[in-house]
Amino acid sequence: MSEMAAHSAHPQGFAHQFEDVGQQRDAGRLGMWIFLATEILFFGGLFTAFIIYRALHLPAFIAGSHQLEVQFGATNTAVLICSSLTMALAIRSAQVGKPRGTIIFWLVLTMLFGAAFLGIKLHYEWLRDYREGLVPGFGFNVAKYTPGVEMFFCFYFFMTGLHALHMVAGIGVLTVLIIMAARNAFSSEYYAPLEISGLYWHFVDIVWIFLFSLLYLIGGRYAQ
Amino acid sequence: MSNDSEHARHTEYSEHIVPVATYVGVFFALMIGTALTTWVAYIDLGRWNTVVALAIAVIKMILVVLFFMHVKYNKGLTRIVILAAFFWLGIMITLSLADELTRHWELNPAPWSVLLPYLSRLF
Amino acid sequence: MSTATMDLHDSPIESSVNYLNAGHGIRSWLLTKDHKRIGLLYLATITLNFMIGGAAAVLMRLNLIEPQGALVEPSTYNKLFSIHGIIMVFFFLVPSIPATLGNFCIPLMIGARDVAFPKLNLLSWYIFVTGSLLALYAVLSGGVDTGWTFYTPYSSTYSHTHVIAAALGIFIAGFSSILTGLNFIVTIHKMRAPGMTWFRLPLFIWAMYATSLIFVLGTPVIAITLFLLGLERILHVGIFDPALGGDPLLFQHLFWFYSHPAVYIMILPGMGVVSELITAFSRKKIFGYGFVAFSSLSIAVISFVVWGHHMFVTGQSIYAGLVFSVLSFLVAIPSAIKVFNWTATLYKGSISYEAPMLYALGFIGLFTMGGLTGLFLASLATDVHLNGTYFIVAHFHYIMVGGAVMAYLGGIHFWWPKITGRLYPDLWARFAAFVIFIGFNLTFFPQFVLGYLGMPRRYAMYPAEFQVLNVMSSAGASILGVGYLIPLVYLIWSMRYGPPAGPNPWGAKGLEWTTPSPPPTENFEAPVVVTEDAYNYPTAPEKAHV
Repeated sequence: MSEMAAHSAHPQGFAHQFEDVGQQRDAGRLGMWIFLATEILFFGGLFTAFIIYRALHLPAFIAGSHQLEVQFGATNTAVLICSSLTMALAIRSAQVGKPRGTIIFWLVLTMLFGAAFLGIKLHYEWLRDYREGLVPGFGFNVAKYTPGVEMFFCFYFFMTGLHALHMVAGIGVLTVLIIMAARNAFSSEYYAPLEISGLYWHFVDIVWIFLFSLLYLIGGRYAQ
Repeated sequence: MSNDSEHARHTEYSEHIVPVATYVGVFFALMIGTALTTWVAYIDLGRWNTVVALAIAVIKMILVVLFFMHVKYNKGLTRIVILAAFFWLGIMITLSLADELTRHWELNPAPWSVLLPYLSRLF
Repeated sequence: MSTATMDLHDSPIESSVNYLNAGHGIRSWLLTKDHKRIGLLYLATITLNFMIGGAAAVLMRLNLIEPQGALVEPSTYNKLFSIHGIIMVFFFLVPSIPATLGNFCIPLMIGARDVAFPKLNLLSWYIFVTGSLLALYAVLSGGVDTGWTFYTPYSSTYSHTHVIAAALGIFIAGFSSILTGLNFIVTIHKMRAPGMTWFRLPLFIWAMYATSLIFVLGTPVIAITLFLLGLERILHVGIFDPALGGDPLLFQHLFWFYSHPAVYIMILPGMGVVSELITAFSRKKIFGYGFVAFSSLSIAVISFVVWGHHMFVTGQSIYAGLVFSVLSFLVAIPSAIKVFNWTATLYKGSISYEAPMLYALGFIGLFTMGGLTGLFLASLATDVHLNGTYFIVAHFHYIMVGGAVMAYLGGIHFWWPKITGRLYPDLWARFAAFVIFIGFNLTFFPQFVLGYLGMPRRYAMYPAEFQVLNVMSSAGASILGVGYLIPLVYLIWSMRYGPPAGPNPWGAKGLEWTTPSPPPTENFEAPVVVTEDAYNYPTAPEKAHV
């Protein structure tokens, strides 16, 4: 590659299409934020539909919401908030130059919280919903629940299902990060993959915050 | 080929390191918010239940965005991206609702139909 | 670096080190990170897709020669127009200029070495190929007959064709769009050369930026919509199902929230190309640079608030219809601003009529016609009469084919010397442009009349009194098809036998013309610093090359 100036010691992870590391960092973060914007619109389609149907069929949606158990939703919210804290601490420990063991510790904790979220969802919520005939398309109990409730549960499973898929992807990303950290890929100079993955992870947390409020708490729980 | 002197780039994102105390503080705020929104749901506020729940969710989101996602320490372009995404989501929701909620306005006449007798006298 | 000789057998192209010969063999192409090579990979893929979509159109127009249908059963005809629409919209027009010319030209035009995320760029091509193959599978395994619009409940419940395969192909190809748009936005924000301020950017860049905004904000919505459609089809229950209180119109809202801005994805890059062609071939600065730049952004923004004009006769609320109608009139304004500014640029320019300019002039005329007919459709009262007829078909083909495809061909011809290092035979190119222009108008003008007289669209048969116009349209289609084949021949010929082009065969302004043809892999041999505005042609125009 011709006339480029003699390469002095290259910053870790530097990519040649950029002029300098600052430009690369800026570009990476802007890129991830734009990706998150697309995710807002992606989930947004579901939120739009939910808002419309809730407006048109409020009693049925409240009845459906009351079939969900608030303690599991609230617990899961707390679990994800913990995972966001540990993710932020993982990035911070790289920023301040902590040894790789510290970074890995926080990443593993984040992963465990994510796995706990999925476990609670699968076992205490979805499995029970299935047994109670609340899963549309998989033996929904049409005798016991109205069509409006079935509509609500379509949204419940589509939205939490899509969210869970994103969690699984996030756990996959964390696995890769742990492997990279174990290979000493990160330092106070270079922690971009951690930071960018952190943005994704926090976004998934935010989506859940809204899902909890909209799915579990709409119309209030006082009428139960 | 690092030409920092020639075109010292004013980076969009500062490398500000957030203190642990800030992270922990935000964590507790989020936990309190979760407890609060759950507790309020069991109180009958009528239509305001939804408003309160959404308001708390938005505050929690803002805390995560500003502190965990470092937006407080970033320049303007990030904020524009976030605001644009929500604005566009708002367009989708608003105009779709504008159709879905007004389908049967013939049965309940639109507010401005009170003007019709006066307009017909003009023309 | 290049040892320029006059001997064509040892041409400057082979002896210089450029992106085409830096690395040989199929692996160096399939694993490339060079935006220029990726642009060419896309060019090959979308040309193949164009042929598939075009084949469907040929069969449709052959069938319509006779009122009772000359060729296929109605159920087959339904599959033909669906396949034609799906392939042409999602697998040809949406990626056409952005993925080929955008990928190739954007880094060159801003003075960068590559896009911001080259590996993501290559990934987006592989994703696009995957989507295209899925769509091809849908075609070959029996087709899909829902129309490219996939309206429920037919697509979710009643159709027995390969809806999910087609929808999945589009879903996957959508990610390719998102990654491309993301890449372009970051590249344009962060990787402009020193001195290349926003208001010195070529207008093609402004148009590509606006297009990328639509890619990023709109495409995710069609993705979730098709995802929901697929779920409803598989589970036999879903959110569009009236039995559960669902609203089929909700599908249309979500579908058109993307698909209307999508039509601006298809035309904005073409407008950007036309700005480049008009300035280069009038040797004159664009009239009203700021207006043209901001009109691109305005189109991108306003395009998101007009989608309901596709739903005027579906049972949508009249009041929403009013709002959408007014906003649809608004979106015409920035487009008109561009047309006026291009015309003013031509005035007192030193105009020459090479093939790219012919395409650009054709664009201005045909796009204007297509755009004006859109106003009839934006008006509620006339749309009641014209909706669902051939008037709409003619309207959007004037814009998509008379506009976007013409601009695409003009851009391909304009940058061909830069891409290949060779000149194509311009006489043949001008001839092809004329054939295309005549074939196009003969195909689609009769369709305006047919639509006004009431012939419905998407019908395999029609009343006998419409036959003359239909035959004219089919005859035009055959001419148009021939017209499209001609460039294929001479462009491929030129890759081997065309004379070397040199860095700037058109004498045009722009950073891409300051580097050798074909460019070296890293685009520029020396660091780029920009000191002048775009289109900085001398005010006393030089003599035109003819």
